[in-house]
Amino acid sequence: MKNNQTRRWAIFSLLAVAFLVLIANAGWWEAALRFLFPGETQVLHPRASLITLVKEHLTLVSISSGLTIIVGVPLGIWVTRPTGRPFLPLVADLTSFGQTFPPVAVLALAVPMFGFGLVPTVLALFFYGLLPVVRNTIAGLQSVSKDTLDAALGIGMSRVQALVRVELPLAARVIMAGVRISVIINIGTAMIGAVIGAGGLGSPIVAGLVQDNIAYIVEGAAPAALLAILADHFLATVEGHFA
Amino acid sequence: MIRLENVTKRFGDTIAVDNLSFEVNQGEVCVLIGPSGCGKTTTLRMINRMTEPTSGRIFINGKDTSTEKPEVLRRAIGYAIQSVGLFPHLTVARNIATVPELLHWDEKRIARRVEELLLLVGLNPAQYARKYPHQLSGGEAQRIGVARALAADPSVLLMDEPFGAVDPLTRERLQTQFARIQQELKKTVIMVTHDLDEAIRLADRIAIMKSGRLVQYDTPEALLTKPANKFVHDFVGTDRALKRLSRLPIMPYVRQAPSVTMNATMDEVEAVCRHCQWVWVVNDQKRLLGWLDRGSIPSASSVSDVIVRGTPEEIAVTGKATLREALSRMLGQGLRSIPVVDEMGILLGEITLRDIEMATAGTDTAP
Repeated sequence: MKNNQTRRWAIFSLLAVAFLVLIANAGWWEAALRFLFPGETQVLHPRASLITLVKEHLTLVSISSGLTIIVGVPLGIWVTRPTGRPFLPLVADLTSFGQTFPPVAVLALAVPMFGFGLVPTVLALFFYGLLPVVRNTIAGLQSVSKDTLDAALGIGMSRVQALVRVELPLAARVIMAGVRISVIINIGTAMIGAVIGAGGLGSPIVAGLVQDNIAYIVEGAAPAALLAILADHFLATVEGHFA
Repeated sequence: MIRLENVTKRFGDTIAVDNLSFEVNQGEVCVLIGPSGCGKTTTLRMINRMTEPTSGRIFINGKDTSTEKPEVLRRAIGYAIQSVGLFPHLTVARNIATVPELLHWDEKRIARRVEELLLLVGLNPAQYARKYPHQLSGGEAQRIGVARALAADPSVLLMDEPFGAVDPLTRERLQTQFARIQQELKKTVIMVTHDLDEAIRLADRIAIMKSGRLVQYDTPEALLTKPANKFVHDFVGTDRALKRLSRLPIMPYVRQAPSVTMNATMDEVEAVCRHCQWVWVVNDQKRLLGWLDRGSIPSASSVSDVIVRGTPEEIAVTGKATLREALSRMLGQGLRSIPVVDEMGILLGEITLRDIEMATAGTDTAP
């Protein structure tokens, strides 16, 4: 089992380095895109280098996913405690609503309040990513057997000790799976930030759509897809430690 | 010592426990028993406040339990349940160490205690300490559950059907082991069960409950010989004479047995068994070798001609057995008497059907 973990981390490190090398070498991208789309006069979006775009994208994702986790996990814990249990259906409905509500619509509503840029984008991503985290936190905690919890309290753990020592460790895997789904969704959805000037890998895509340049679109889409795969691998590896 | 004073528990409109008062003496095993829904588990859970009583007071060693924080109270009370509830993410050692850890014992003391407890419940520490609960059999898990309950050396132990979820053979082994541990540790134990044989076997006192009320609170012997009313009479069943036998150790009823050695002459044999049908054959160390029938003596010239050989395990019961086991062996083998030996197979004496009859005389009087 330890070996398996080490192997996974090794594979991840290799993929991460490969991705960084690929992103840092704008020349390779240009050559590849020119080969694929010989008709376009320009194949790389001139606004910013690929590495800058990836940095912007990661900033968006990490702020919004960070917020999602900081709010989502405690929210999931709270509604499974005796004090918060009455709010369980409400919170479940609200988070589902957050995900069915299109992020573009959130942007449209948020821009008048917060202006253009980072803040409204982060807000939209935050609401959109909340569901998997909250839902999995609830599911994970509810999956802890009643008998195990009864034993924990019965031998003298306080509610908080039972949560920290028994419930959370047993729910960790399911919670982490929720975080993983949420982050992956966020990497894809963060594209829309470009529409209101938050930058990121969405920028060349938006430009490509406006200027009818397929090379631009691929320039944004391909690294985003790779980034999502990389993040998935990373979080799955972290998840493995909670087995 | 545990004392319940007018304890009542209501769940909405239903009364689970109705004005219950009783007392368990220091070092005694009290078994709560009764039909499903009689309130026995609720009673048990009120003692460590897993369920809060609606009214009434509970004292442990003279202290009102409601004056303490529930978790502090519970750390001083062992708690073992049918489903065991071992923590699946922790090793056996860490499971047992839970309460000592909560009490901030130092690491060395905890490690020592874990080893001690594993030995106490008969599991090899080197082999079991690092296992995870899913690698244990049902019986092993139950034993770890008991070890965890005993970890911080509580004076009071609460057990809710602790041997309920295992096969009958394992259950009997666990009961024997528990009886041995209890004899050594002398905890004050309250145990819930629905198995009357278990109650009779392990209890110093049995509390029979019905609809949240105490129907009879007595020693197993008294319960079997003098059931308080028809409910108890029916509950202990028509075979209560047999059940009572399982409470009675064999030794007080063992009598001197006629025995001869292998090199006895036939005249000696005849002299020994003038008044009996069988005579037991032993070697010079008095170890049981077999038996011979008086009817076969005239045709024989030496003991070895007519001896029916058998190992002590096959033909005898040990001095640790109960009358019930002796009776069962006699009935099974069609004998009117059976030799009793010690662990080494040395003949201690014999017990006859008549002795058992005398022991149970007067048990089956209807109330």
